[in-house]
Amino acid sequence: MSAEPAETLSDAVSRIPSGSSVATGLALEHAIPFAAGHELARQGTDDLTLIGPISDLLFDQLIGCGAVSRVRAAWVGNVSAGTGYRFREAVESDGIDVENHSNFSVALALRAGALGVPYLPTRSLLGSDVFAESDLFERGTDPFDGEEVALVPAIEPDWAIVHAQRASPEGDVHLWGNTGIVDPAVGAAENVLVTAEEVVEPAVIHSDPSRTAITREQVSAVVECPWGAHPSPVAGHYNRDNEYYLAYHGATDTQAAFDEWADEWVYGVEDREEYMERVDADLSITEPTVAAEVRYGQ
Amino acid sequence: MASETYTPRELMVSAAAAEIEDGDTAFVGMRLPLIAFQLAVSTHAPDSMAVYESGVVRDGPADGFIHTMCDLPNLNHAVSTTGMLDIMSRLQRGDVDVGFLGGAEVDRYGNLNTTRVRAGDEEIRLPGSGGACDIACMAGRTVLLMPHEPRRFVEEVNYVTSPGHSADGSGRGNHPAPGGGPDALVTSKATFGFADGELFLRSVHPGVDREAMLADFPWAVRTAPEIGEGPVTTTPEPTDEELELIRTFDPDGFWT
Repeated sequence: MSAEPAETLSDAVSRIPSGSSVATGLALEHAIPFAAGHELARQGTDDLTLIGPISDLLFDQLIGCGAVSRVRAAWVGNVSAGTGYRFREAVESDGIDVENHSNFSVALALRAGALGVPYLPTRSLLGSDVFAESDLFERGTDPFDGEEVALVPAIEPDWAIVHAQRASPEGDVHLWGNTGIVDPAVGAAENVLVTAEEVVEPAVIHSDPSRTAITREQVSAVVECPWGAHPSPVAGHYNRDNEYYLAYHGATDTQAAFDEWADEWVYGVEDREEYMERVDADLSITEPTVAAEVRYGQ
Repeated sequence: MASETYTPRELMVSAAAAEIEDGDTAFVGMRLPLIAFQLAVSTHAPDSMAVYESGVVRDGPADGFIHTMCDLPNLNHAVSTTGMLDIMSRLQRGDVDVGFLGGAEVDRYGNLNTTRVRAGDEEIRLPGSGGACDIACMAGRTVLLMPHEPRRFVEEVNYVTSPGHSADGSGRGNHPAPGGGPDALVTSKATFGFADGELFLRSVHPGVDREAMLADFPWAVRTAPEIGEGPVTTTPEPTDEELELIRTFDPDGFWT
């Protein structure tokens, strides 16, 4: 099976129904699929469960848009400024349900899902309230030498959304730079939506198979989406828009202020192209690094 | 001795960098440690390595300012850009020597809270653990960094995001976490060590009133001489070389 060709981001995102569990922001502050996230909000997709390690802004925005019922994550906020006000207010008013994780516990839960095993043990968590106050984790004993471990049950998201540098129309994906928990999340998810800076000929993928991070049978939809991760950075394409993160922090401390922000940046634009027309920042790569040539052949 | 003035956070960065020994593998996260590792590897610890939970491994400073561990200058010319499980596996195996942690609250055993705090009758939600719980549990030793504000020093943290030492004086002896636990606390006014699992005053930053600083704690903080750890010293000021480097790594003083 390969990805069903999706002509637009809107088509691709429309395959994600309300009530879905969605893992995203998987490479931490790098290559966050903001374009796909904003499209979810525009389509009114709601009752989502968001799954991620640390979320730099995107979860806060989707919560502000009223799209989220539950968060299973290690950290939600704004890495430049700290607090994400929409997350904070939603938790304090019991507007969303939060399952507190550490980064490693999210990674292990998804790895367990990807491996098809019910849980994985870890030496992390024990002694913390992340463990003690959790309904999720269990205490276990290593049957071989009796040591105490924490047990992290598998998480299998309905969807994982990944932004990558390039993909073929079939859904084979090259991505580079740090990958956070992309790999376990893609392995654990029922469906994967890939947004890519470029859709390329299959021959490009086949020329460098060691760079292929996701293959077509894992991918349900792939769509070309230049600037799809702005304001987060994408290696080789654009830098992080730091001022945007700081401006967002200053403009979203109340729901009314957020609604105004979202009217401009989410609901007030038709698509990514129109969104990027509003971005006034030079994020271009000024010192390109070209990797040494890699040869395969026979 | 520095010939020019410096900010409290520049001194914190210098003091935090001093906690990285040459040859260490350091687990680096958000904010000041991003600058502190770059300072250490550029000065006294050229053979140290940094690992970041995003999957980045570096052996030198970034050539450009970074807001986050995933900013392109931190990825560019890294040793490796891999995934979180690779990095956390090193941590869990015991291969990470030192990790940096921040917190909204800390108690005398080095338990840290970054999840939720109380303000009067209200509970305020903070961003959460990120990788902090994992670092606290499994790093060889941890260095805690926080602004020196009385509300941050508490008898009991509201939520143990990142476990410190046991309260029974055994340090990590009777604690389920395998790592060495908190080894130092660096605030904007002083540095502290941990002995038998409990905080003690190690050095006071230049110009800080020691007694007033200690009065910010709700318990009587032990001092180095009281537990046979030598005198309380004055924290070294950042050198001219260090200040120049810090201002290269953070040219607009965003973090410092």
